[in-house]
Amino acid sequence: MSPGSIVERPQIQRTSLWQQSWAITRRNLIHIRRMPEMLLDVTLQPVMFVLLFAYVFGGAIAVQGAPDGYREWLLGGIMAQTMAFASFIVAVGLTADIEKGIVDRMRSLPIHLSAVLVGRSLSSLVHSSLGIVVMSFTGLVVGWRIRGSFLDAVLAYGLLVLWAFAMIWLGILVGSSMRSVEAVNGVMFTVMFPITFLSNAFAPTERMPTYLRVVAEWNPISSLVQAIRELWGNTVPVGPDAALPLQHPVLSTFIWTVALTVVLAPLALNAFRRRTRE
Amino acid sequence: MTSTARSVETAIEAVDLVKHFGDTVAVDGVSFSVPTGSVLGLLGPNGAGKTTTVRMMTTLTRPTSGTARVAGFDVTKDPDGVRRSMGLTGQTATVDELLTGTENLQLVGRLYGLDRATVKRVSDDLLERFSLTDAARRVVKTYSGGMRRRLDLAVSLVATPPVLFLDEPTTGLDPRSRVELWEVLRSLVNDGTTLLLTTQYLEEADQLADNIVVIDRGTVIAEGTPLQLKDASGRAALVVTVSSAEDLGRAEGLLRGISAEVHVDAAARRLTTPAEGLGDVTKAVAAFDGSGIDLDDLGLQRPSLDDVFLHLTGRRAEDVADTAEEEVPA
Repeated sequence: MSPGSIVERPQIQRTSLWQQSWAITRRNLIHIRRMPEMLLDVTLQPVMFVLLFAYVFGGAIAVQGAPDGYREWLLGGIMAQTMAFASFIVAVGLTADIEKGIVDRMRSLPIHLSAVLVGRSLSSLVHSSLGIVVMSFTGLVVGWRIRGSFLDAVLAYGLLVLWAFAMIWLGILVGSSMRSVEAVNGVMFTVMFPITFLSNAFAPTERMPTYLRVVAEWNPISSLVQAIRELWGNTVPVGPDAALPLQHPVLSTFIWTVALTVVLAPLALNAFRRRTRE
Repeated sequence: MTSTARSVETAIEAVDLVKHFGDTVAVDGVSFSVPTGSVLGLLGPNGAGKTTTVRMMTTLTRPTSGTARVAGFDVTKDPDGVRRSMGLTGQTATVDELLTGTENLQLVGRLYGLDRATVKRVSDDLLERFSLTDAARRVVKTYSGGMRRRLDLAVSLVATPPVLFLDEPTTGLDPRSRVELWEVLRSLVNDGTTLLLTTQYLEEADQLADNIVVIDRGTVIAEGTPLQLKDASGRAALVVTVSSAEDLGRAEGLLRGISAEVHVDAAARRLTTPAEGLGDVTKAVAAFDGSGIDLDDLGLQRPSLDDVFLHLTGRRAEDVADTAEEEVPA
C-alpha cells in the first residue's frame, strides 16, 4: 500500500431522492445480473406451476367462460400469485441488506433514508415484471389468449403492477421485522402460500364449502384475479351468489390495494425506522 | 448550508452520551473530545459500549440523552452535516459482495453526488492507494478478508472526509494485514484526517492513538496518552541484565539500595525491581558505575496497556472479550 496524499476534497453535491433511489436501484439490478438464479422465482417456478396445474389438475377442474378451458383460466391466477410474491422479493432483499450492514452504510451517507426503500421497491418491481413477461409467453404456448380489447388488456397489466406496489409494503414490513433471510423465507412461505391458494387463483370458488368460499371470495387476491380474467376475456362475470367484491372486481382491486397500502405503509415505515435507528 | 466541514479545533466531541436499549444501559454518560488531526483510541472489552458510542456519533443510533458534535455539526440537530463530514468503517466490512470493487466505490460516489469524472478519479486513486487496482473489476465475493477491509475503508474515504470513525478495523485480520492497515491509517493521519478507532487490541491503541479513552460497562474509566495511562497504573519496573551470572548476588545488593523488593531470574541473569520513574534509572546507573559489574542491559520497563487494563478493571481484556455478549442488539 502506498501512502499517497489526499489533497483535494471532492465537492459533495446535494442529490435528489430520485437520483439516490436510481443509484440504489441500479445496484440492485446488478445483483440480478450477477446472480440470474435470483430470477428463478419469477421464471421457472411459475412456469412449473402453470404446467403442473394445467396438465396435472387441469383435467379435473371445470371452469366457465374460458374458451380454451382451465389452462387459459389458470394463467390470471398464477400471474396474481407471482405479483403477490413481490413482497417476498422485497423482504428477502431488505433483510439481507440490513443484516450485512449495507443499510447502515447508506445511513452513514448524506442521503434520504427512503432512497433505500424506493430503490429496493423499484428493483423488485422490475424483477416481478420480468416474471409477468415470462408468464405471458408461457401462457401463449399453453393456450392462453387475450380476448378483450387492447385497453382492457393494458388495464389488467396495470392492476397487476398496482397490486405488486401494495405487496411491496408488506415486504418492507416483513423484511424490517425479521432477523434473517431464513426467517423471512419461513414466514413468507407459511403465510403467502395458503393466502394465495385460498382464493380463486387455482380453482373456482363455487364448489368450495360455504365458509371457505366466503373467505376465498373476500380474499383481496381473488378480486385481482377475477378482474384480470374478465379484462382479458378469460372468464365470465361471477354469479349473483358470489361475494360483493367479485361482482365489481376492477373497482374492488383498486379499493383493496389502496386499503392495503394505507394500512401497511405506516406500519412498514415504522418498522423500518425502528429497526435501523437502534 | 456549507457542503464542506467547518474548520474547528475539536473534530469530535461527545457530550454526556447515554443510550438505553429497553432496560439495558449500553452507554452511561460518555464524554470526551478529539482535537482535529489527532487519533483517539476508544478502548474497552466487548460489550463495553464502544460500538454503541460510535453509532451515536455517526448518526446511526439516536442517543437517549446527551449529544455529540462531529466537525462542528450536532448529531441530533444536523445529522446531514455530520454525514457530509465523516466516513465510517464498521465492525464488519459493509461492502457489496455482488458488486466489483470499482462498482462499490462508484455507488457511494454517486450517492455523495460527485460528478462522473470525480467519481472515476477518486475510485482509481483509492484502488491504487489500497493495492486493489488488480482486483478492481472482480466481484467482492472473491476478495480475501484483508482486501474487503481495505475496500471497506476505501469506500468510507470516497468523499475524503475530515473525520474518520473506525469500529474495530482490524478484527479478524491476520497480523500482516493488520500492520498494513495501520500503515494506511498513519498515512491518513499525516494528511490531516482525524481518526477515532475502537479496539479491543491494546497494542493497536498503543501503536496508533495519541490519546486513549478506556470505557467499561458504558462509562469512561480512564483517559490520557498511552504513556500517561501506563504511568498511572504505577507499575513501572527497573530491569537489569548482568553479563555474568556470578555477579547476580552483588547486583541484587546494589539494587536493594533503591528498592527493598528485588526479583531475581537467575536463568535469564535478570533482576527486576519496582521503579518510580527515570530518577530510579539514574540512581541505578550511578550505583553500577564503578562497581565492576558488566551489564548487558539496564532500562525502565513501563507496563503494557494490557497491564493498565487489568489494573483499571481487575480483568484481562482478552478474558472479557471471550466471554462477553454481542454488543449491539442489531
